[in-house]
Amino acid sequence: MIILLMLVPLLAGLSAFLISDDGRRRGLLVSASALHLALTILVFVARPEIIPGDWFGLDALGLLFLGITSVLFFGASVYAVKYLSFEKYDPGEDSDEGFIFNNQPEAVFIGCLLLFLSAMTAVTVSRHLGMLWAAVEATTLLSAPLIYFHRHKRSLEATWKYLLICSVGIALALMGNLFLGAAGIKAGAGLDLESLLSKAAALDPAWVKAAFLFLFVGYGTKMGLAPFHTWLPDAHSESPALVSALLSGALLNCAFLGILRAAQVCAGAGLAGFTGDIFILFGLLSLMTAALFILGQRDYKRMLAYSSIEHMGILSLGVGLGGGAVYGALLNSVAHSLTKAGLFFVSGVILAAYKTKHISEVKGLFRRLPKTGVLWLAGFFLITGTPPSGIFLGKLMILKATLAGGHYVAAAAYLFFLAVVFAGLGRIFLEMTFGEAPQAGTSGKLPGESRQMLIPAACFFVCVIILGLYMPGWLSDTIAGAQRLIGGAV
Amino acid sequence: MHTTTAELIIVAIILLDLSLAVSGSLAACIRLAAAQGVIAAILPLLAGSGAPESRAIIFSSTVILLKGVIFPWLLTRARVKANARKDVEPFIGYPASIILCLGAFAAASWLGTRLPLPETTRVAWIVPASLATIFTGFLLITTRAKAITQVLGYLVIENGIYVFGLALFVEQPLMVELAILLDIFVAVFVMGITIFHISREFDHIDTDELSQLSDWHPQRDGEAE
Repeated sequence: MIILLMLVPLLAGLSAFLISDDGRRRGLLVSASALHLALTILVFVARPEIIPGDWFGLDALGLLFLGITSVLFFGASVYAVKYLSFEKYDPGEDSDEGFIFNNQPEAVFIGCLLLFLSAMTAVTVSRHLGMLWAAVEATTLLSAPLIYFHRHKRSLEATWKYLLICSVGIALALMGNLFLGAAGIKAGAGLDLESLLSKAAALDPAWVKAAFLFLFVGYGTKMGLAPFHTWLPDAHSESPALVSALLSGALLNCAFLGILRAAQVCAGAGLAGFTGDIFILFGLLSLMTAALFILGQRDYKRMLAYSSIEHMGILSLGVGLGGGAVYGALLNSVAHSLTKAGLFFVSGVILAAYKTKHISEVKGLFRRLPKTGVLWLAGFFLITGTPPSGIFLGKLMILKATLAGGHYVAAAAYLFFLAVVFAGLGRIFLEMTFGEAPQAGTSGKLPGESRQMLIPAACFFVCVIILGLYMPGWLSDTIAGAQRLIGGAV
Repeated sequence: MHTTTAELIIVAIILLDLSLAVSGSLAACIRLAAAQGVIAAILPLLAGSGAPESRAIIFSSTVILLKGVIFPWLLTRARVKANARKDVEPFIGYPASIILCLGAFAAASWLGTRLPLPETTRVAWIVPASLATIFTGFLLITTRAKAITQVLGYLVIENGIYVFGLALFVEQPLMVELAILLDIFVAVFVMGITIFHISREFDHIDTDELSQLSDWHPQRDGEAE
């Protein structure tokens, strides 16, 4: 079953390179992702047993992230059909600078997209840390061509930064893996997660600490924690909307999973206090960075990217605090993924209509694109954690745990940065939705609002609102199970 | 006997770090990094006593093929295709580079004393050599102008990691090792393609010119090329 989860997108991706008909290729994309989603639901219903020593298996943590990835990818594939057909007739003119560019061949794009899904699935089901590493690096390599879909200078620059910074970062994570291996040489632990966890107490603590630092910096680079985040705003702003959505909602979580696996081993070795401090420090640092750069932001896709950094900071902070905050962080990661993907989908519609990413040139969304405007504003309220929203619940749980643990400085900083982000985002979103629509460009053939491109975002938003009001039992059980794995048992 | 050979290899790797830091010719740098990778790949053959296992032989020969033949070939091709200048164009002087390198080696030696290796390996200086090599890689990435030198830096970092992994030969299934190597191969391949695109799009491969996307120069927004 688990092998099938990786195999379906892998085979579909490979065959996408061979199919020459656009319609059939897009059909393949949607059907493969629907099949992937169906398989994911099946493993949610009846989770396969983990066989010790197997490279692949699903625990609650992997299952949670697999679920997020699969749902997001299905939404993105529905969005992609319409998006790609628009792109086909787009002259490919960059409005901000007015140069002409080509798009990547669609076969390459869809093929890489599906292979990317396969790699992300492999990350969530890996039980061997070496395999996990290989899968994370594969996600980097497969998503680089996706960022370079619009072939022009800026996307090339973004691709290069992404490729190099993430590859170097992940190379450090490989070193972390080897250090972890060195820590377990005496105990004969290897790099298999099961045996590492069962022999965690016998690991050499100095090596485990060094290993965690390398793994944290390595996967943290990919996850977008400050100060290793420098590739993230560029890659998110230059890639097509659906790729940004997948990067932000699914890929960052996969990288986080790498850190969480390391934290699991550390907790087993009795080093939870050490990892906790690091998580809290870099969590707050990411929140601060995001708040600073959101305030003066001029590009709305970069703004969304910084908001992702903010949320990665919140996840890190929550996991660092432990206890109930871990539950809040995991809930936040589900809600953030859905909301942020939805927002990126909407931003793609805005970009298609206004032909610019400058905030100052997008005005009067309500008048010009009413449905898009409503969704854009709804997304703002959800992402900033206005109740009812799953993000609100997650943030509240983390705040509660911060206060209960006596981390008053951290709590004050957390609240302050959230307030700054709220104010910064609020200004931008309101500026864009209200006011008069610009006269120029409103005539002529405009893509306007495509229902197919808005429905995935609307569905995601509804899910997030439902999460804020009612938590289904199966999801709550999965999150609680994942929380126990990370060592956040209350 | 084996231990002595292994220690000689470690010394050679450290010396190659220093020569990478001072070498001004791009072609020489490519060769030095390749030599370092090949020398490091001999390490697993010396691990353990008696004849090396077949697993170690397969692994070593794959690494030698990749780092000694394929990578230098890919990089040289990228250099020729991109019509790059022949020197590495450093942002800092070579004396500064070598002082940084020596400083890194001192720091790495101190770290090495804090992380004692298990008794199974008797080879000295593995941890310092490995960390110093990683640092040299970072030095190449941050202080040299060309995209190719950045890939080279990435490869040197990989070499540093492999010095550690190979000398210790941490227990990993062969499949996992090969998956990791495949990733690294594809990484270099994709980076090579990207360099080609950069040279076509920008007419050069100097990465310090790749600075259009930044939040530090908001006044540049919308400015034409």
